[in-house]
Amino acid sequence: NSSLVIAEHKDEQLVPITLNAITAAKKIGGDVTCLVAGKTVAPVVSELCKAEGIGKVLIAEDSVLEGTLPERVTSLVLACQKQFNFTHIFAGADAFGKSLIPRIGAKLDVSPISDILDIKSPDTFVRAIYAGNAITTIRAKDPVKVISVRGTCFEACPLVSTEAPTENAPQADLSWELTKWISQELSKSERPELTSAKTVVSGGRGLKSGDNFKLLYDLADKMGAAVGASRAAVDAGFVPNDLQVGQTGKIVAPELYIAVGISGAIQHLAGMKDSKTIVAINKDQEAPIFQVADLGLVADLFKAIPEMTEKIDQYLSK
Amino acid sequence: MAMRVLVGCKRVIDYAVKIRVKPDKTGVVTEGVKHSLNPFDEIAVEEAVRLKEKKLASEVIAVSCGPPPCQETLRTALAMGVDRGIHVEIGGKDYETLQPIHVSKILAKLAQEEKVDLIILGKQAIDDDANQTAQMTAAVLDWPQGVFASKIEKMDGTLKIQREVDGGVEYVEAKLPAVISSDLRLNEPRYATLPNIMKAKKKQIAKKSISDLGVDITPRVEVLTVEDPPVREAGAKVESVEELLTKLKDLGRI
Repeated sequence: NSSLVIAEHKDEQLVPITLNAITAAKKIGGDVTCLVAGKTVAPVVSELCKAEGIGKVLIAEDSVLEGTLPERVTSLVLACQKQFNFTHIFAGADAFGKSLIPRIGAKLDVSPISDILDIKSPDTFVRAIYAGNAITTIRAKDPVKVISVRGTCFEACPLVSTEAPTENAPQADLSWELTKWISQELSKSERPELTSAKTVVSGGRGLKSGDNFKLLYDLADKMGAAVGASRAAVDAGFVPNDLQVGQTGKIVAPELYIAVGISGAIQHLAGMKDSKTIVAINKDQEAPIFQVADLGLVADLFKAIPEMTEKIDQYLSK
Repeated sequence: MAMRVLVGCKRVIDYAVKIRVKPDKTGVVTEGVKHSLNPFDEIAVEEAVRLKEKKLASEVIAVSCGPPPCQETLRTALAMGVDRGIHVEIGGKDYETLQPIHVSKILAKLAQEEKVDLIILGKQAIDDDANQTAQMTAAVLDWPQGVFASKIEKMDGTLKIQREVDGGVEYVEAKLPAVISSDLRLNEPRYATLPNIMKAKKKQIAKKSISDLGVDITPRVEVLTVEDPPVREAGAKVESVEELLTKLKDLGRI
């Protein structure tokens, strides 16, 4: 067996889910090769080379790879596949990997396996269906397995001091002109990134307005937490869509998840129920969120959250 | 020039139904369970119909692959304003093992037969949650893909697409013909009115078989088990903010 992991990066930094995907690839056994494609990749490569146990890093640096269009990256991956004949190709199951992995699968004429939770053997994988209301174990029959990985289900591969060697990726036709990457508008935030934060404070429709999210931001800032939201809060226009936690938004599994004014619709639970400790704060004691919460507080959030923000200093570990 | 648009319509268990896993672990119970048009496909249909209303599309064709009840799913799309339907009939064991790789080849074939300029599909189906068909259809046809679209704008032979990505939005331009997939915020689908539901009954649904299309639907994966997810037990209620913070500290979470 041998695996290729397609690295993801943003603002010239490695996106952490890549390290979770490497751990998944290592479970297959055999060599793990990583591919970094982009316009400016040197800082990403130097970080990635330190990932424990990887064999080598392939580099494709080209201005036409700005925005890493899946159409162009697919050509590159096909060229790598032609040269190295990997048995498995991995990427993280986020917007980047989900755009790219099926395109590669179709070009190789193999059925991709989306968003895996576990690996039972090199051809047997576990994934969630029906928004996590059922778990299926499948055996893939295709000779090459093309897979996206749920980041929260695999530990991040540690970074060590030894460095894996690098080489240039094989030549590929990157002349695709039918799609043009224009720009990205990423929300700027000083807070930790939602999918990798240790603590997440999420708000729902109970917050009643976007302005009221300030209550959560104040608490989150004291706790060093990321802020998330339910689909109801996003649909109501309280916060931008990139904060959405749920089946169709981001999947998170922090050490502590605090759900504030969130009723707990199935599709929201699908995005956070693997959190280690779940706290629910809701004034409706019948809210389904209490059925999954380790600690539930039936209270008016407009009183409870400011009180938490005020008192938390004396509880926080130094 | 106005576009010819193809939309995908998957029949899935209704989003409001609490699904049950079969005791023999081979799948979920589908008999006697309410089914509907996949919500993301409903958004795709709405977007196609809006293009037609803006005279940017000349014809909108809906496709559904599966057993006979898929015709009801197509009627939903026709009642929303789609012009005609194509039902690719696949039943029994063949349907159980049908995967996005097969559906993407079927859609690609139909897109060529119907000479369409744009394919709009839902970003994922709420049953298998695969999120693959649009990307794969684009790859089979060698067309541009604009997946997870939250806004599209047509300019001559190009679509400007706003895509939902991690941490914000991204803009790409795709030359037609192209494939896009709809994210939640692309639009809010309409409810079909009674007169339109009546009118939809008269619209044409063509029936096709897999052999008509010449697509190989040999199974690519074998389902070993389908099980209930691990149950998360509800914990304790606390009475006050202080009690909550004390417990969190004891657990080492803060």
